[in-house]
Amino acid sequence: MADQMLHDPTGVARPWRDRSLAQLTLVRFREFIREPEAVFWTFAFPVILAIGLGIAFRNKPADVVTIGVVSGTSAGDSLAARLAHAPGLRVRPLGADEAARALRTGEVALVAASRPAGVEYRFDDTRPEGRSARFLVDDAIQRAAGRRDPVAVSERQVREKGSRYIDFVVPGLLGMNIMGGGIWGLGFAIVEARRKNLLKRLVSTPMSRANYLASFLFSRLAFLVLEVAVLVGSAAILFGVPVRGSLLQLFVVCLLSALAFGGLGLLIASRARTIEGVSGLMNLTMMPMWVLSGVFFSSSNFPRVAQPFIQALPLTATNNALRATMLQGAGWGAVAPSLAIVAAWCVVCFVVALRMFRWR
Amino acid sequence: MFDIPSTDASTHEGRPLALRVAGLRKSFGDVVAIDGLDLTVRAGECFGLLGPNGAGKTTTIEICEGLQTADSGEVEVLGERWDRDERSLRERLGIQLQETQLAEKLTVQETVNLFRSFYARGRDVGEVIDVVQLGEKRGARVGKLSGGQKQRLALACAIVGDPELLFLDEPTTGLDPQSRRQLWDLIVELRASGRSIVLTTHYMDEAERLCDRVAIVDHGRVIALGSPRELIASLGAEHVVEFTIADEAHASLDAAMLTALDGVKQARHHGGRWTLEVTTVALAVPALLADLAARGLVLGELATHSATLEDVFVSLTGRQLRDG
Repeated sequence: MADQMLHDPTGVARPWRDRSLAQLTLVRFREFIREPEAVFWTFAFPVILAIGLGIAFRNKPADVVTIGVVSGTSAGDSLAARLAHAPGLRVRPLGADEAARALRTGEVALVAASRPAGVEYRFDDTRPEGRSARFLVDDAIQRAAGRRDPVAVSERQVREKGSRYIDFVVPGLLGMNIMGGGIWGLGFAIVEARRKNLLKRLVSTPMSRANYLASFLFSRLAFLVLEVAVLVGSAAILFGVPVRGSLLQLFVVCLLSALAFGGLGLLIASRARTIEGVSGLMNLTMMPMWVLSGVFFSSSNFPRVAQPFIQALPLTATNNALRATMLQGAGWGAVAPSLAIVAAWCVVCFVVALRMFRWR
Repeated sequence: MFDIPSTDASTHEGRPLALRVAGLRKSFGDVVAIDGLDLTVRAGECFGLLGPNGAGKTTTIEICEGLQTADSGEVEVLGERWDRDERSLRERLGIQLQETQLAEKLTVQETVNLFRSFYARGRDVGEVIDVVQLGEKRGARVGKLSGGQKQRLALACAIVGDPELLFLDEPTTGLDPQSRRQLWDLIVELRASGRSIVLTTHYMDEAERLCDRVAIVDHGRVIALGSPRELIASLGAEHVVEFTIADEAHASLDAAMLTALDGVKQARHHGGRWTLEVTTVALAVPALLADLAARGLVLGELATHSATLEDVFVSLTGRQLRDG
């Protein structure tokens, strides 16, 4: 360190005092970087989660349905031969008993048996596979028998980037990460400092309290840039998840929501004296939002009466703004209502937190 | 008892007082922590608040530090008041709290740098680290320091703002004897450099060693005040004789008989052990031995030592507060 340079023998040195915000922010960085677990949960975990979900919900080629055909008779064999080349079907010739067992255990979705009057389909109509097998088999049999469709149709298959599950979930994970960073990052650090009497020790010096709180926000914002870059970058490289809106808009959405969740973290930590106490409050705050705010599945799955409440949650607003920006390429006008909700949370949380804050 | 100040005095021999406390009271619910406490600390002196745990020392010192508010009473620190002058006052004080855990992941140097940055003027960080003898530990993480080293680091943080008045709350509690002596040497040096120091302790030897004047505090009040020497002299006896009787159950001693012996000023019986405050050991011990022999009692243990603040405390509280 350049102590000698900073030391002024006249005793009226100024630089040190100007450095208190920088020193406090440096402390936040050092404490974070020297905690390997925190680095993992902040940067590696969301990426690993995205990769896992991306693999689990990857778009598979259109499914092939396995069906059984009761064979052994000449009518049965010719039915099997007719279905063998039908698209989307795999045919297993089976004995009558074997076919019944295979249907029960789900090895085949449907059993087709030749009858004197025609063909019998046996399937479970509560299983989607059974229903689609019925239509595929029927279609193949009727066409082979000479049916002609009265309406001409054409098909075009669309598998567009931006409409897959991975595209849906990455903005959700980003929102969840911003929430966790703000609430955990501020909450634990502040309560820990209070519990260890460090907060009291700091306010017994001439330290500016505003600088102390600002140091948390500065360090959060610096890490935020990294978090967003790592998650959005790896999602783009590994899965081609798009960012259709402007990067500036994406950053502003992240910044504002990081401030709001920082305020929420400050509010949660404003009175608690123990880690157990603050952990309970954090879970109480975050758990409903993990479920309700559209991280892993759309919040529109919840009943209509609950929607006004769900839409007012800060994580819902954040996720909506992130999805609109990343997936739909929406402009400022489209995300303004969501940003207004986030901004309102930010102001309310900070004002209440600063009034309630227990410094000693 | 000694040196009771008039409450409006804010100077002593022309120098402003470091600390003036008058009529301080503080309760937590039904529990009275401080019950009308008065103190004055002169500039440049090392003043000790001595008392058992729960006597109200920490509450008193934290009110003086502006970290708690009193229910009533006056506090003037370096001629300033917390309600008016907090900002400038914080710059002039160095504070060491009881049991502060500094951030474990930071190094010694980083910790002192941080505290230095809070003060408009102060001392060179490297120099302060050398003063508290942590030069070799400059780059070590706080979490890896021993108890004594952590306590010296806390002291470094308290003095890096070059304070005029230093508050130390139980600076050596829980330390091994060597670390305590190391810390005592540092405090003696700080006192020699002209700073005023107020410290709390429940170690009588610490107060005797470090303090120019001591206030003995019990149940939120000052029960004795003076230099350690004056307080010991107030016993009227310079030595203490302690003894036990081998067959305690059949002993028929009482305090009046023992006080009647040559050179014995006071006698107390506590926990199977007799304690005599004596003026002259050479007179009292032979008299005691002769007396015990005459009663057919056999001595178990016998020890004598010069009177200490411990004896003052036992004398004061033992009579008035503890044993009834």
